[in-house]
Amino acid sequence: MQVSQFSYVAVLAFVIVGSIWLEVVLRTRVLVRPRRLTLTIIPVLAPFLLWDAYAISQGHWWFDESRILGLYLPGDIPVDELLFFIVIPFASVLTIEAVRSVKGWTVGDES
Amino acid sequence: MRADMSYTTIGVLAVVAAVVADLLLFRTKLVTRKVFWVSYAIIVFFQLITNGLFTGFQIVKYSGDAIIGSTSPVETAPPFIGDGRIAFAPAEDLLFGFSLVLLSLSLWVFWGRRGIDRTPMSGPPIWRKDSAGKQAGQFD
Repeated sequence: MQVSQFSYVAVLAFVIVGSIWLEVVLRTRVLVRPRRLTLTIIPVLAPFLLWDAYAISQGHWWFDESRILGLYLPGDIPVDELLFFIVIPFASVLTIEAVRSVKGWTVGDES
Repeated sequence: MRADMSYTTIGVLAVVAAVVADLLLFRTKLVTRKVFWVSYAIIVFFQLITNGLFTGFQIVKYSGDAIIGSTSPVETAPPFIGDGRIAFAPAEDLLFGFSLVLLSLSLWVFWGRRGIDRTPMSGPPIWRKDSAGKQAGQFD
């Protein structure tokens, strides 16, 4: 395995590093709500992995095999993509909770 | 006429589906809330950086048959801007990203409304000397 094969996951690491500090500094309290986070991410995976599999099968997009881990899900989806669809919703939730923490705006789940 | 749907077409449909989910299916109405649009503005800024890394470093490439712009070059990075590209990535990625973020946040709020890990709510930031126990929603 080459170092370059971690290129894709390195970008995901950048996303995590860029957002996880909100949990501490803005007290977003996302990691202490794992059940809600899991129930948020699982239903997102289904349509987006289907979309990914379709796009890959139709040749809409493809990946440089020297820059991904080399493990695949059914539908020729790189495992890196599965991680993407976990990391991005997580970072998005951190962001909206960070904005709520600072601004106090209504999100819709207050009562 | 092409039988399969392009990235452009699926992207538009995904945005419509996410908005319908937010307004009618989960009834979270995030697209009517300031907190969503400010959050999305922050997220899309970082999306442009992240997508720029994915496409600029040629980790992922796109077919000109599926996007507004041309097929990704074999040896080099695509244009930074122009030919349907924004920060190296296809403009369609903005549709993809918006639908992914809206669906995720709508589900997050949906489960909170249903009482799943509704608390502890976020905030306050560590620099605020608010008394213990206070929650967000009072700083408007």
